[in-house]
Amino acid sequence: MAQAKPQIVFDPWNDPKAKPLIQCRSITKRFGDFTAIDNIDLNIYEKEFFALLGPSGCGKTTLMRMLAGFETPTEGKITIDGQDVAQVPPNKRAVNMMFQSYALFPHLSVWENIAFGLKREGASKERIEERVAEMLRLTRLEKFARRKPHQISGGQRQRVALARSLAKAPKLLLLDEPLGALDKKLRQDTQFELMDIQERTGTTFVIVTHDQEEAMTVASRVAVMNAGVIMQIATPADIYEQPNSVYVADFIGDVNIIEGNASVDKSGPEGAVSIAYAEGQDPVHAVATTPVTEGARVFYAIRPEKITVSHKPDPDRANHAFGKIIDIAYLGNISTYRVELASGKVISATMTNARRLERRAFTWEDEVWLSWTRTAGIVLTN
Amino acid sequence: MNLRRIMLIAVPYLWLVALFLVPFLIVVKISLSTTAIAIPPYSPTFDLAQGWAGFKDFLSQLSFDNFTFLTQDDLYWKAYLSSLQIAALSTLFTLIVAYPIAYGMARVPDEWRPTLLMLIILPFWTSFLIRVYAWMGILADEGLLNQFLMWLGVISKPLHIMNTPKAVYIGIVYTYLPFMILPIYAALDKMDESLNEAAIDLGASRLSAFWLVTLPMSRPGVIAGCFLVFIPALGEYVIPQLLGGSKTLMIGKVLWDEFFSNRDWPVASAVAVVLLVILIVPIVLFQRNQQKQQEAES
Repeated sequence: MAQAKPQIVFDPWNDPKAKPLIQCRSITKRFGDFTAIDNIDLNIYEKEFFALLGPSGCGKTTLMRMLAGFETPTEGKITIDGQDVAQVPPNKRAVNMMFQSYALFPHLSVWENIAFGLKREGASKERIEERVAEMLRLTRLEKFARRKPHQISGGQRQRVALARSLAKAPKLLLLDEPLGALDKKLRQDTQFELMDIQERTGTTFVIVTHDQEEAMTVASRVAVMNAGVIMQIATPADIYEQPNSVYVADFIGDVNIIEGNASVDKSGPEGAVSIAYAEGQDPVHAVATTPVTEGARVFYAIRPEKITVSHKPDPDRANHAFGKIIDIAYLGNISTYRVELASGKVISATMTNARRLERRAFTWEDEVWLSWTRTAGIVLTN
Repeated sequence: MNLRRIMLIAVPYLWLVALFLVPFLIVVKISLSTTAIAIPPYSPTFDLAQGWAGFKDFLSQLSFDNFTFLTQDDLYWKAYLSSLQIAALSTLFTLIVAYPIAYGMARVPDEWRPTLLMLIILPFWTSFLIRVYAWMGILADEGLLNQFLMWLGVISKPLHIMNTPKAVYIGIVYTYLPFMILPIYAALDKMDESLNEAAIDLGASRLSAFWLVTLPMSRPGVIAGCFLVFIPALGEYVIPQLLGGSKTLMIGKVLWDEFFSNRDWPVASAVAVVLLVILIVPIVLFQRNQQKQQEAES
């Protein structure tokens, strides 16, 4: 049977027959009377690059430490590859962890650090030699094998930590803020390197991070966490375009949130709603993906780059608002305009700077029209 | 180098010259003299008034006889050996007692640590002599320890600890324990807890994680602690004198006897000089350890 197109989409989470590698069932973790993790359900599939994203203290590290075995859930069940791991101590799990501080053994050389796990499982000498050499090659550290951790740079240490945690070929690799200690430029390069290594080794990665850009770049799916609860699990694109709550919309990237009362718009397409948000202002015309009751309080979330700024309202777009530019943030490739509407509401709009700066069309105090389409934003009820 | 810096460095060096080098040279000089029934009880004495000829005469009277004497009487080398043995063994015992305490202190919640550190240092607030005397009361045949054990019914007749080397070991371990605990605690406290977790994560058991990671990480502290106990224990006088009885031979006691019982200042000085030479080896090793540790940290 000839296939028209090779299957390149990786989405086991949409396949009801796929068996998750890791299943968390109603996991709760309490420290005293503080609930760090509150009744979480989570499936992670083989070969996934899964990101736990959230602000510090949201429970993402606790969740990761439960997967590693350093914490036990107060309630609920974790299975890895079908096996309940409640009674399996961390040193017996096919799970390895890359620590935020890297936790390299300072008294051992790079080579000995990478060989540490292999020696513990009693691998033969040839096997250790071969595997360590392979890891050194994978992380481009061959030249530094004999050095001690304090004799190499931060970026190299990060790679040693990665090589060490991959050496035992774990089913699951946990990465706790793996790039947190690197500077911005190195971090970006390392993100791609991480993705490359994940792909080549075929290991399932779970990364914990508070950096949304990092999570969006590397992960196949992202779980946004807040206060011990998972707010949303979705692909980076869906998290960005289809946030399910104001919290997620606000946490990922920049967003304008317009709060108003919804009324069903019979003249528009299916699901069309009008959101009245200020006296004397045209209501926002939007399409709700979930049914909205008449008169319900809703939040309309729209990304700045989805709004255009112009001197005249754009007739092709359903929504228009008139206002005055109060601030311009020039970032080189793009500029963000902060426009104050008559009601006092401030809306951000981003435009690419296709023209040179001196020929820029708008400046401070200019009166402008903001326009956006009916489907540009998203209607949220919570 | 400017004057300011020279001055700054000169202060501690002048201090050392005045309070260590000069007295030491006097001791060396006495060790090369012979006993005399006089004040001071040795000759020759140095007399500036006689000028150059007097100085040459003075030099010609010095001799190494006292050092030769130390090798002829087996009392001395036996005392040195016994001191080395007692110092080495009690250093080992101190380490065995101190390590778990330091380990525990480094693992308790942060708010407990100042209190525990305080408790370790607290004994220094009372006189060392009084504390050693207190041990006499505890270890004696009719002392607290024996009474307690007999009351418990563990033993039927008193244990004979007082005036044996056992009492000296107990005294040294007790006295020098803080010097062992503090450097080990400092090393363990600095250690990142995630190192241990990393070892366990990579498949090590708790015990092998301790053996392969925690112990090597605390090694500089262990070495520093051992020297801090061994060096003063080697020349210890008060503890063997009060707790060890007449049969415990230690060089500190021999030194005292030569000075005050025999009034043989030259031989006593020779004993002291040899003791110092023996101590130089561990002191140099200790310095090298400290230096290496500083280099590793920088």
